[in-house]
This record gives sequence, structure tokens and C-alpha cells, in this order.
Amino acid sequence: MWDIAESFRLAFGLITGADPELGRIVALSLGVSVASASFACALGLPLGALVAVKEFPGRRVVVVSLNALFGLPSVVVGLVVYLLLSRAGPLGSMGILFTPPAIVIAQTCLVLPIVAALARQFVEDGWHEYREQLTSLGVSAMRAVPTLLWDLRYSLLTVVLVGLGRAASEVGAVMIVGGNIEGVTRVMTTAIALKTAEGDLPLALALGLVLLSTVLALNAAAYAVREWSVKHHG
Amino acid sequence: MASGPAVRLEARAVTMRLGDVLALDGVDLAFEGRVRIALLGANGAGKSVLLRTLHGLMKPTTGEVAWSGEAPPPHGQAMVFQRPVLLRRSALGNVEYALAVNGVRDGERATQAAEALARVRLSHVATRSARTLSGGEQQRLAIARAWALRPRMLFLDEPTSNLDPTAAGEIERLMGEVHEAGTALVFSTHHLGLARRAADEIVFLHRGRVAERTPADLFFRSPRSPEAASYLQGELP
Amino acid sequence: MNNVFARILSRLAATWIAAAVLAALLLAGAPWAAAQDFITVASTTSTEQSGLFKYLLPEAKKALGFDVRVVAVGTGQALDMGRRGDADVVFVHDQAAEEKFLAEGYGVKRYEVMYNDFIVAGPKSDPAHAKGKDVVEGFKRIAQTQSPFASRGDRSGTEAAEKRFWKMAGIQPEGAWYRSLGSGMGPTLNTAAGMNAYTLADRGTWLSFKNRGDLVIVVEGDVRLFNQYGVQLVNPAKFPHVKKEMGQKFIDWLISPAGQKTIAGYQIDGQQLFFPDYKPGP
Repeated sequence: MWDIAESFRLAFGLITGADPELGRIVALSLGVSVASASFACALGLPLGALVAVKEFPGRRVVVVSLNALFGLPSVVVGLVVYLLLSRAGPLGSMGILFTPPAIVIAQTCLVLPIVAALARQFVEDGWHEYREQLTSLGVSAMRAVPTLLWDLRYSLLTVVLVGLGRAASEVGAVMIVGGNIEGVTRVMTTAIALKTAEGDLPLALALGLVLLSTVLALNAAAYAVREWSVKHHG
Repeated sequence: MASGPAVRLEARAVTMRLGDVLALDGVDLAFEGRVRIALLGANGAGKSVLLRTLHGLMKPTTGEVAWSGEAPPPHGQAMVFQRPVLLRRSALGNVEYALAVNGVRDGERATQAAEALARVRLSHVATRSARTLSGGEQQRLAIARAWALRPRMLFLDEPTSNLDPTAAGEIERLMGEVHEAGTALVFSTHHLGLARRAADEIVFLHRGRVAERTPADLFFRSPRSPEAASYLQGELP
Repeated sequence: MNNVFARILSRLAATWIAAAVLAALLLAGAPWAAAQDFITVASTTSTEQSGLFKYLLPEAKKALGFDVRVVAVGTGQALDMGRRGDADVVFVHDQAAEEKFLAEGYGVKRYEVMYNDFIVAGPKSDPAHAKGKDVVEGFKRIAQTQSPFASRGDRSGTEAAEKRFWKMAGIQPEGAWYRSLGSGMGPTLNTAAGMNAYTLADRGTWLSFKNRGDLVIVVEGDVRLFNQYGVQLVNPAKFPHVKKEMGQKFIDWLISPAGQKTIAGYQIDGQQLFFPDYKPGP
């Protein structure tokens, strides 16, 4: 048990000590995760909303597939993105394997189905409430997509945070396509994996606590914004 | 405010089957011009379903709803729901949204929306978030939003049912003003006082059928159908 | 109507796009974009997890003026990275596999850079009585007593060496006692420590490894435990994008007196981990 106490002490030291290397790793983690979550949301939220409101043949298949993609193993995603970005692969000429953009691509692929599936559920529930009113006002299903996304923004914030959390906690795919290169593609999770590999378990756990605090701080901030907005905007 | 040839709405042999229930059963109705119609009937008689069918939200199982005159659906008509769904934006924003959807150009929207709010005496809360308004204010905003679309016919589903007497009185006054300005009103209600004062004609529904259609003063004095008679007896103190 | 739609859509998208742009800027400011001056080296988990690169790369950068980015995987995987053209230089430790790589035309020339040695780690109580100087004898006893043995199982240079020792012992290792992990050196040591198993490890990773539990060195000092590291430039004739000048400069630095001295200088607790042994050849 002393290991865990030691980890908390180390984690506290890391957070308060403002270690520049740790700062870089945290910044990179946040940068790639925010970027991937943004791309995934920019695509996934409208996609999920569209599936929620639009009747089309094969809709059930799409819904089930989206939900199933939730369980997409990250290593598979990592491998596919690796093969695409590898010099011998179709996108090899871009030369972005083992760079942060490669991580963003892999994380986006992982987060997109999660965001789309959750958004589909939230928007579908919202659509039940809004449907008559919006139809009465002359709103088409297509036109309802942006309306619902905007009106359900406080609920959808949860979806965004889930996506962000998933991206930030990802390790398998990030290791494969990023390569865990120090100072370039080493993020919180791969740093933790490396410290574990070096048998430095207290430091690994301490880094884990730093990651947890970072994600916690993000969530707390988002929650506060949401509370404030709900209070002032209903 | 609206002019031109009178609007005419006709329901022909409309039936509506919802699962095992026959919610509407051979309804024939025609409304022409600037009518004021109250739909009365017990719970489950089919008032809300009829309103939604006339408004076009529900497609009849058999029969048809047809419009003629100068105000074809969907935008020559509007509806105010029992519990209006207001968007999470300002009161003004809610009206502007409805105008935007119905093709009012950007430059004119703000002015028209502000006028609509002024008509329902909500200018002072224009920038407030719609969802933080009181029940009465929300219903007035819903009327402003519907009214801003300049409908020839306005449907209202139990517009005063969740409101205190003061707020209900305000809604009743607004309904009068909407009608004054040239819009036909078709509303369902359980408030017989509202029906008596705000309607020229009563359509009484019983089990999905039109039991009778009678001028309001006559209806309350001597209903023609036994169903309406017993309804009035039960409902009146 | 269109313009309305566009306005609402744009307001909606604005939030995300702002976030995405912010993130993109963050990424753009990151060193990878600034520096086209780097090479990618595919290397082994033992060199990374022993801490050698953390010590060596800043020195290399000081001498060479460009970044050396290391992706640490097993030797087999590292060579495959070279075969796919995803690395400029491969720096691994499995002579047979390296020579195959060279013969296939993926490498240009193999330079022997340094060596260390393998050790057999095992529980302090040594239930197999494997302790000694003879690795093959030790392996035989582990197999005879069916004592738990943790194998890398990841096509690494260390696993290749392990397989050689089993072959010398005339044993086909299988059964519940033989656990193939599919992990890097560090994770394998973690697992071995966790289940008190024997395992083959390179001395560098062992020395820097902190979570040994009850594990101690059981076998060391056998000449057959010699562990040679070699480095090759990936053949630019196969992959034109290979940064051959910088890659060759890095190799030249590794085998230069300065580079060799730097390698020799890496110590943990006063123990040297890697021994430079470049010999100018024909």
C-alpha cells in the first residue's frame, strides 16, 4: 500500500513542481485530445442527430452499427490507421506517421462512433419532445438537426466530454501510430505505459493521477459552465 | 391584418385509428371565414387528435382534410399547444426562429419579432431566456410566435388549462385580439366560460364523432345532443 | 432561407471549429512541425526502457544538430518498420534477423555498435536450482522442474536469444509453466516479478528496472549470453524518402570515438550498461 501513498505524494509534487517535461506531455495530451474530440464532434453530432430525426431505409442497421462501434478495439483502429499512414500504405506520402496528427486521426476514428451513437440517443429523445412543435412551425427534419443540436447543447456537452475523456485515456492506438517518441508523440497514457514498463510503478501511478486530475478539471469546468447556463437560460 | 378571400377548411369523413382505438370516427366539418370555434368534449373524446389532424400534424387513416381559399397549409395556419415547447434561447429569439424557418428575411426578422412580442405585451422580457418565463408568459410567447407567422387560422389546444385565472384571462384577451386582427380561431378547452365568451360556435365531440355543432349561446342554453346535455350537467356547478 | 440555415449552422459549428483551430494551432506550435530536421529510428524496447536513449539522444542532438526520434518496439517489429519504410535507421539486437534484413536489400550496411549481455532473472529461492554460469544448463533445470518461465513472445531480439538457448538445451518449451507474454522487456519483468517466474532479460533493462520484487540474477557471465547491437541505414534505393544524409550522420556519430565514449558513459549505480565495440571493418 505504501506504493499508492507514495504515488499521491509524487503526483502532488509533479503537479505543483511545474516540471517542464511533464507540462509538455500534458499539453500535447490535451492538444491532440481536444483536436480529435472537436473533429469527432463536428462530424459525429450532426451525423447522430440526422440518424435520430430522419427516416430512411436501413436506419435500424445504422443505429445498431453505431452502437456496436462503441466497442471498437482501439488497437484495431491503431493498426488500420498505421497501415494507412505507413510509407508503404496509401497515405504514406503524407509522412505523418509518428507525429501528433497521426494520433489525432486515430483518436478521431475511435471517438467518432461514440459521439455519433450518444448524440443519436440524446437527439432522438429530444425529438420526441420537439417534434410536433417544430413540425407545426414548418421545420423539416433536416432543418431540425441544427435546431436540436443547439437546443440540446447542455445535454450534448456530456457527449463532448465523454468523447474528450475517451480520447485522453486512449493508449493502444496512440502507441501504435504515435510511437511514444519522447518530446514528439509521448502523451500522458504512453508515458504511463513506459513508466510501467520501466517498473517505476509509483511514478506511473502518479502520472495516472495527473491525467485523472486534468480530465477532472476539464469536467468540473464544463459542469460549472453548464450549471451556470441552465440557471440563466433555462 | 389578413385580407383576401375567406379561408376554408374542410374535413371529409375523417377517421383516425391509433392502435386499437378509433380516435376519430367519420368526422365531417367545414370552417369558412373568420370563425371562432370551440371544441368541447370529455377527455378522450378526440379534441386534441382532431386539432392535430386539421392542423396537418397527423394524417387521417381515411378521409381527407382540404384547404381552399387564399391560405393553403402549412403556413397559412399555426398552432398553440397545451404545453408549448420553447427553444432554449431568448423570447425574441424564439419568434425570430419561427420567422426564419418561414422565410422572413434577416433584416425584417428582428422588427417583426419585436412587434409580435409587443402585441402580447412581452417586450419587457424580450431578451430573457424563454424557458425561465412563467407559465402564463410562456403561453403568451407561444401565441406571439404563432401569430407572427400571420396565420389565417390558428389552432389552440387547451390554451388555458395549466394557467392561473389571471394568466388565463390574459390568454383569453389575446385570443380576442388575434381574432380581431383577422385570424380564425379553432380551440379545444375544458373551460366552459372561455368557450362561452371566446367562441361563436361549439363543436361537441363524443367518442370521436361530432355529436353536434351549435352556435355558442344556444349550445349553453339548450344543447341538442343528449351527450352534450349530460356533459354540461356534469361539468356545470 | 439558405442564408438563415447558414447562419444557424455556422453559429453551431463556430464553437467546435474554434476549438479545433485552437487545437490545430497548439499542434502547429509543437516541435514536430517546426523541425523538419529529424530522423526516425526504429529500435528496441530494451534500449528505451533501460534509459539509454534518454541519456544518449540529447548528446546526439548536441553533436549532430538535428533530432533523433526513437520508436521503441521489439526487434522483429523494428525491422518490419524498416521494411515498410517507416524508419530511417534501425538499431536492434538480433544478428540473424539483421543479416536477413540486409540480404533482402532493406539495409545498406550493418555496423556493430555496442553490446551488453543477457541475464536470467528468477526468484531468490531459485526452486529450479538454475543458479550458475551456464545458461543452457539453467534452462534445462527450469524445464525439468516445470518452474514458471516468462517469455517475451514478441519477436524481439531477446526472444530470439531465448529460443536459441532452448534449442541448445534440446527442449521445446511448452506447457502451463511456459508463459508467452507478447510484451516488451519491462512489462515482461513486471509479470515475472508478479508470478515469481524465471525470465531472460538484457542487463540494461534489468539494471534500470525498479519493480523487481523477489527477482534476482540467477545466471550471468556465460559467453553465450553476449548481446550484440547493430545499426543500419534503411536503403534509400528502396525508399527514396529515407533521410540518408542525416541517418548516416547519426550512424557515423554512434561509431565515432565520441559516440562510443558517450555509450560507455551511461551508468546506473556505478554499473556500465552498454559496452561500445565498433571495429572498423573492411
